[in-house]
Order: sequence, then C-alpha cells, then structure tokens
Amino acid sequence: MNGELLVFLFLFLVTITGGLLMINLSKVIHMVMALVLTFLGIAGLYVMLSAEFVAVVQVLIYSGAITIIMLFGIMLTKHTEEEPKTSWAKKGIVLTVITAFFFIVFKGIRTMSLGPQADKLHENNTEQVGLMLFTDYVIPFELVSVVLLVALVGAIILAKKDEEGEEQ
Amino acid sequence: MSSIPLSAFLLTALLLFCIGLYGALTKRNAVIVLISIELMLNAVNLNLVAFAKYGVGASIRGQVFSLFTITVAAAEAAVGLAILIALYRNRATVNVDEMNTLKK
Repeated sequence: MNGELLVFLFLFLVTITGGLLMINLSKVIHMVMALVLTFLGIAGLYVMLSAEFVAVVQVLIYSGAITIIMLFGIMLTKHTEEEPKTSWAKKGIVLTVITAFFFIVFKGIRTMSLGPQADKLHENNTEQVGLMLFTDYVIPFELVSVVLLVALVGAIILAKKDEEGEEQ
Repeated sequence: MSSIPLSAFLLTALLLFCIGLYGALTKRNAVIVLISIELMLNAVNLNLVAFAKYGVGASIRGQVFSLFTITVAAAEAAVGLAILIALYRNRATVNVDEMNTLKK
C-alpha cells in the first residue's frame, strides 16, 4: 500500500463521513458544519487530481462563502430544535430508488478506463487555467460575470423589505 | 503519474451525489434541501475535474468548466436563500411541506 492510496482513502473517508453526518445529525447548524468537512475533503481530492487552482477556489467559495451564507440563512429563520420527521414509507421508497440508481451507475463506472492520463496539468496549473480562461473561454467568462451581477441584484431585491407594498 | 484509478474518483462522486439526492428528497428543512443540492453540484464538479485528468483527450478544459459550474452554483445559492428569506417573511416557515400555495 503506497502513500498515494493512503491519502486517497483518508480524503474519501473524510468526504463520505461529512455527507453521512449531514444526513444523520439532528441540529441544522451541525449539518452545515458537517458539510464543511465534505467540502474540504473534495478540495483535497482536487489537489490529488492536479487541480490546485480549483481546490483553492473550492475552499474559498464552498467552505467559506456558501457555508457562511447558509449559516446566515439558518440564523435569520426560526428552526425547531428537532427536524420534523419524514414518514418511514417515503424514506424507504426514496432509499430504494437511490440504491437502484447507485448500482446501475456503479456497474457502468466500475471498470472504466479511458486511456492515458494527462501528465502536464500540475505544471503551472493556475497559469494554464488563466490562459484557457482568457483565450478560448473569454466570452463565457464575461457572461458569467453578468450572471453574478444579476444574481446579486436579484437577491437583494428579493430579500429586502417591500415597504411600498405594505402601504397599499 | 497517479496510481489511483479513475473509477475510485467516480465512485466518490457517485456516493456524494446519492447522499445529496437522498437529503434533497427526504429533508423537510428548506435550507438543508438547498445545501443538499450544493452537495450534488459538488459531486458533478468532482467528475469534471476527474475527467480533466483521466478522460479522453484530457486537458485543462475540464477544470475551467468546473470553475464556471462553481460560479453558477454560488449564484444559485444566493438567489435560493433570498427567495427563502422572502418566503419566511410572508409565511414564517422553512418547512418545504408547508410551501404549497401554488397547489391550493
């Protein structure tokens, strides 16, 4: 057993444990905290896949921004201490369907191998990403900035108090 | 060169996707449903980055694509939470079972 496999197994366990904790914990805040574990594990897997820049973005956006925004969402709304229970019948049906889905996809990916792997991705990874982003993908890049602006303004308009409406 | 096979990463992503799907379908709290959807998007990102290293014609494009996905996912989380807060102000609930105004 080599070191790479050990690192992969560790990150795999961290990732899956975070997800399972999210499903099983009872308090909402704890669920979000368990999700941070998953996001950090995925960032580690990105490093193993020689995607350093995406790993840093993952830590910044998911472990940082999205976790904080979700915590704000939880604290601005009122939550009962215990999650209202879903009926066992519904849980059973959902679990059966998802297990079937899992095994069908697992059968497909179990022996998947698509030829030689890329061996130059880790050399100046950020530079490669930047070059690709500002040459081939410059129009999607600019469009995504418009999407972010629209989402930002839209979120503010949706969440702000509607004072003119209350006067009518 | 990495000795971990492609299927190991795909299996991780598949498990994460299944956990996210289960959470999105069974949890009653709207914030947790949103977070479960983020988890599913994360699994897809993991697949994109894995195929950027192992796939046919592997190149940096998969990583660039995953950056776009992360951006759109962040925008989705912000708008989803804004809708949730607007809804909470009107209905004072975050339980998805009680969000049924369109059904009535």
